[in-house]
Amino acid sequence: MQSYLAFVRKEFYHILRDTRTLVILFGMPIAQVLIFGYAVTNEFRDAPVAVIDNARDELSRELVHELVSSGYFKLVDQPATADELDALFRAGEVKLGVFIPPDFESDFFRRKQTTLQFLADGSDPNYATTLLNYGSQIVGNFQQRHAGGPENYQVGVEMQLMYNPELISAYNFIPGVVAIILLLISAMMTSLTIAKEKEMGTMDLLLVSPLSPLTIILGKVTPYVLLSMSNALLILLLGYFVFDVPVLGSFWLLTGFCLLYVLTALSLGILISTKASSQQAAMMGSLFSLLMPSMLLSGFIFPITSMPWMLQKVSGVIPATYFIELLKGVMLKGLGMQYLWFPTLVLATMTVVLLSLSWFNFKIRTK
Amino acid sequence: MNVITATNLTKTFGNFTAVDAISFAVKRGEVFGFLGANGAGKTTAIKMLIGLSKPSGGSTTVAGFDLTTQSEKIKERIGYMSQKFSLYEDLSVRQNINFYGGVYGLSRKTIRSQTARILDEVELQANANDKVGSLPLGWKQRLSFAVASVHDPDIVFLDEPTGGVDPATRRQFWEMIYAAAAGGRTIFVTTHYMDEAEYCDRISIMVAGKIAALGTPGELKQQYQANSMGEVFLRLVR
Amino acid sequence: MNGIEIENISKSYGATLALDALTFTVQPGERFGLLGPDGAGKSTLFKILTTLLIPDTGRASVAGWDVNKDFATIRRHIGYMPGRFSLYPDLSVAENLNFFATIFGTKVKANYELIRPIYEQIEPFSKRRAGALSGGMKQKLALCCALIHQPKVLFLDEPTTGVDAVSRDEFWVMLGELKKAGITILVSTPYMDEAARCERVALLQTGKILALDTPANVVNAFNQPLWAVRADNYYQLLLDLRQASFTERAEVFGEFIHLTTHTGTDRESIVAYAQSGGHGNIVVEPAKASIEDVFLALM
Repeated sequence: MQSYLAFVRKEFYHILRDTRTLVILFGMPIAQVLIFGYAVTNEFRDAPVAVIDNARDELSRELVHELVSSGYFKLVDQPATADELDALFRAGEVKLGVFIPPDFESDFFRRKQTTLQFLADGSDPNYATTLLNYGSQIVGNFQQRHAGGPENYQVGVEMQLMYNPELISAYNFIPGVVAIILLLISAMMTSLTIAKEKEMGTMDLLLVSPLSPLTIILGKVTPYVLLSMSNALLILLLGYFVFDVPVLGSFWLLTGFCLLYVLTALSLGILISTKASSQQAAMMGSLFSLLMPSMLLSGFIFPITSMPWMLQKVSGVIPATYFIELLKGVMLKGLGMQYLWFPTLVLATMTVVLLSLSWFNFKIRTK
Repeated sequence: MNVITATNLTKTFGNFTAVDAISFAVKRGEVFGFLGANGAGKTTAIKMLIGLSKPSGGSTTVAGFDLTTQSEKIKERIGYMSQKFSLYEDLSVRQNINFYGGVYGLSRKTIRSQTARILDEVELQANANDKVGSLPLGWKQRLSFAVASVHDPDIVFLDEPTGGVDPATRRQFWEMIYAAAAGGRTIFVTTHYMDEAEYCDRISIMVAGKIAALGTPGELKQQYQANSMGEVFLRLVR
Repeated sequence: MNGIEIENISKSYGATLALDALTFTVQPGERFGLLGPDGAGKSTLFKILTTLLIPDTGRASVAGWDVNKDFATIRRHIGYMPGRFSLYPDLSVAENLNFFATIFGTKVKANYELIRPIYEQIEPFSKRRAGALSGGMKQKLALCCALIHQPKVLFLDEPTTGVDAVSRDEFWVMLGELKKAGITILVSTPYMDEAARCERVALLQTGKILALDTPANVVNAFNQPLWAVRADNYYQLLLDLRQASFTERAEVFGEFIHLTTHTGTDRESIVAYAQSGGHGNIVVEPAKASIEDVFLALM
């Protein structure tokens, strides 16, 4: 116990005395959250809109007028066909397309139900969501005024994003950033620090001491568990207070999932360090086998559903995929264990397998 | 004829004087040992002599050029071999020679003839296409010295050249140095191993920024009534 | 029983044989030197004896414990100073020492007497980070850390490499002091002139022992006539001597050329030979063999 504590203290000294480590530990999460967060712009005026008005009746004209007079949208064209609209999108002249169905007015008053279609240019996803949100809000006001209450008449707004159907938004990126940062700290930093001891030759001294391998590993990872967890908290707080990303579900369940994922990442880190004899090798190993796939294939940046079959399979073995699913479930949907047992089970199984692999690969002797 | 003439060569860092007005001369074809304890100012002095650091004072010429104003010219006339050999381990012997020949702007023809000469000199003809990393330490050492002389420099600076090799390999290396010196090349050796110092024609020993002793190993041993250069060094430094 | 027994130990890395059926014994309390160049197998042997590496064949014991079976016990009772500086450069002198004391389950205070003569020299810098120490001080700190748990056997792998002559000398004096504490010391060095600092030495080359005895006996075993020769043109003299019929071997040896001749060659004939080659200022003296002469003769 004494030597375990001494080990943990030593690790903290290493961390606190290395500016590079400190920057990665505390600068990265804040920078990532802010960069992703402020890429979401909420203010706009006169967004170019094209309307295909197939109804051409009183009500449809009123709706178009309502959209334009809000000041948010500017009517730039009224194409006749969907193909023309598509051309406008491609030319970048239009950011939002509104499709009004034939018999809009009669359907609205008679059958009390009709559907408008909004199309937005998803290549700039944050902008696109904002446009859609404003658009549907205007439609909501419009219908309320005409019908005296939402119960009686309904205009459904069918929204479609072109080019990037699943969006990165504040809601999406906070879980993603948590997943990446935890991976960075738990897996990459752990593998780096073990590789560093090998490189410096101090690993030989530790092995030649009475320290058990378990103490060495636990001593190495404890500080990083603590740091990972405080970083996760920091990101969640930033998300909550700066970008209004809620935590609808249980906070403790969320903490539990973070811990489980940290364990997975740590065992990955230890596994990498058992194979890598230099810091450079550890760095390359964790960048290419962990960070890149987790960024690109976990659903953080690109939606899994739109990936080719092969990449979907790869995505299925990436721990971050399941962790992001868990985080979104708890934070955004407020789900409990009864809905999340599957990703939890997958993550737990991965952890057990990886931990035993790294345990058996940890050498009590050197080469 | 002197190829290095240092007169009051000085280097200061703020209030700290690392090299304190040292004066010495090195003759053409001489094997000159430049010794000193850790932190005596040895490294700083050499960095100035090879043009990597500007002197704070004094007037010094190396290979006929002024150290303060013509350091780029000096670089063309000197070779440098560090402890780590500065050879690319993943390139072949031939590729290393070609590369350094190119660095010094030699013509293709000269590079070709130099390659043949070097391979012959270090007896590596059969291994010309082997990666340098696969060669034994002693061969790397000799190749490294040959490569440092690829542009036929007036002076070759050797930074602790023979640490860790067996006595026979070490002698092969020194014989190569003597042969180069006999051909008129000046060899400037820095080391803190005193047994290596015995191999030099003349030795200077730096202590606290100054040259505390200068002479042939025999003279110094006599002057300090010591049996070895190691003893001379200990007397001076303590 | 604090000695080391090595019996028929071999170890290869791929096709390279690093240790070739090595057998020797280090007596309890002895200061034993392993002399040899890089690649002679010194570090490999250290790693086997410190239980970091398993030999391919043969057996070895340290302080009576088998290096394979009893590795956990051995690890508690040995001190090891690896070839490179292997402490934490970002920890201070005192933090390094405390850390190594704690992981060996002891306190600096409990064993301070043993390291006091060494530690006192670096104590003024106890708050300084180890990475900022000079080579000699780093080496002293490393020795303190290796000694802090009162090991029975101390393994020092090239402790004097990269350290200046003064610190090297001080280091050997410190090892002499440790003799009084009864600690067995196995120390390796590539520097032949350090042989005299050991009680017994083994000359190691490509995994084999060339000679093993007290330094005096190793040198005395050299029984051929040896001369120190020099003249104005040193290099030419070397080349000329190699052509002489009386020459067994001519090697550069600092200021002098060490000339080994066939028995029965006298000083006059060497002088005459040099004169006939046109050399001036010829000096020929009988020389006493050094460890390096022995090494060269045995290689």
